Amino acid sequence: MFRNQYDTDVTTWSPAGRLFQVEYAMEAVKQGSAAIGLRSKTHIVLGCVNKANSELSSHQKKIFKVDDHIGVAIAGLTADGRVLSRYMRNECINYSFTYESPLPVGRLVVQLADKAQVCTQRSWKRPYGVGLLVAGLDESGAHLYYNCPSGNYFEYQAFAIGSRSQAAKTYLERRFENFADSSRDDLVKDALMAIRETLQGETLKSSICTVAVVGVGESFHILDQETVQQMINAFDIVGEQEGPAAEPDAAAGQEAAVDQGGSTGEGAAPMDI
Amino acid sequence: MASKQPENSLLGPEADSQRTLYPYVTGTSVVALKYKDGILMAADMGGSYGSTLRYKSVERMKPIGKHSLLGASGEISDFQEILHYLDELILYDNMWDDGNSLGPKEVHNYLTRVMYNRRNKFNPLWNSLVLGGVKNGQKYLGTVSMIGVNFEDNHVATGFGNHLARPILRQEWHENLSFEDGVRLLEKCMRVLLYRDRSAINKLQIAKITEEGMTISQPYSLKTYWEFSAFANPAQGAVGSW
Repeated sequence: MFRNQYDTDVTTWSPAGRLFQVEYAMEAVKQGSAAIGLRSKTHIVLGCVNKANSELSSHQKKIFKVDDHIGVAIAGLTADGRVLSRYMRNECINYSFTYESPLPVGRLVVQLADKAQVCTQRSWKRPYGVGLLVAGLDESGAHLYYNCPSGNYFEYQAFAIGSRSQAAKTYLERRFENFADSSRDDLVKDALMAIRETLQGETLKSSICTVAVVGVGESFHILDQETVQQMINAFDIVGEQEGPAAEPDAAAGQEAAVDQGGSTGEGAAPMDI
Repeated sequence: MASKQPENSLLGPEADSQRTLYPYVTGTSVVALKYKDGILMAADMGGSYGSTLRYKSVERMKPIGKHSLLGASGEISDFQEILHYLDELILYDNMWDDGNSLGPKEVHNYLTRVMYNRRNKFNPLWNSLVLGGVKNGQKYLGTVSMIGVNFEDNHVATGFGNHLARPILRQEWHENLSFEDGVRLLEKCMRVLLYRDRSAINKLQIAKITEEGMTISQPYSLKTYWEFSAFANPAQGAVGSW
């Protein structure tokens, strides 16, 4: 991006009617590592690429549980993302306390968007440099939203943000029409495949990605490494087996009683790639 | 809309005149039960000013939003204040315009928070509330008192209703009452209250709330029987000049 004379202040318009600071904030999202989300009628899956700075350090946390029925994946300035997650958790817990009922995702997303908008209209603030994929369940079903630094929000069937997200988006665009009726496990597999697209040839391992699920009857939770690795292994060798491996509910416990290469009891149909 | 407290609100006699100490115009019992299609609630239309039966057209049950019905006993002005709070709550809920709406459970819990917080400030809303409703096929019936005690049940009552109506309901209520049976049961309770509660008047309304919505009956009166022999000449056998 070039230097412009109208880009010093977030409250300065350019002659072309643009707020450059806001656009620069959206650039920060594009530079962050990829995060993807997709949904069916009953479940939403969030996934992200988690690269550690060095072998010595741990991964940055990019997926946050906001409430039992809401989770968020971020891309961009993770510190800003952490702060916004704390805000979201606060809003959810306050609503739950007052009304003994979960906060509808649609409302949380609007509150988040309004919060981001404020930062685009105060000279002493700067826009949040983080894009959020908000996944949540409410009485009208499963929802996936994208909140950007500009204060806009959109609802999606599937979306990807961050670096090399275009590759994931292309994959999702090809397949999104099937998502509405997908099973939970197929949705997770599609998420892993989308993450793989952003890696551009690098091997997909559970150590560099994180996957989380929320759905009807299933609280938001992050799948543990072992489960994710099993699923990765399952679709890597798809040609040689009849069906996807059965996947235990990670929320229930750490049971690893899953056979990797075998079929399920009912003989599920071969998974298409 | 709480009254403005002076700076020294914890000390000084002026502060006391700002807090609710006792009720002035009060409503008596509210009785409600779950039936097959929703909730039935009954309350008379009396507003007592101490022991005087001063006002006889007080509507003590009101619809809240699309899914709930609120009945109140106790201080009528505090009930009106609560309706004002709820009005605002429902307004903001509707302004989201997003397909979500506050159901009876949410309204009940909101009211519990309001009542409990006022109680903690030693400035209670002097009411016992009954909140009933239906949302997405789920029936809900609960109550909150002026000190913030809240619970749900298949049948609830306030004030004297707890002592006179609940025992009848415990014996005769069952799951899936028809509308007619429900009304008959409520009338039975209200008749006992009419005989035995000094602040009850013979002018009541019965309200019904179902998935379709809320309806409230026109005021009507119950038939009473006074020909019991014990009432015929009550002073017979009395000793003394008074």
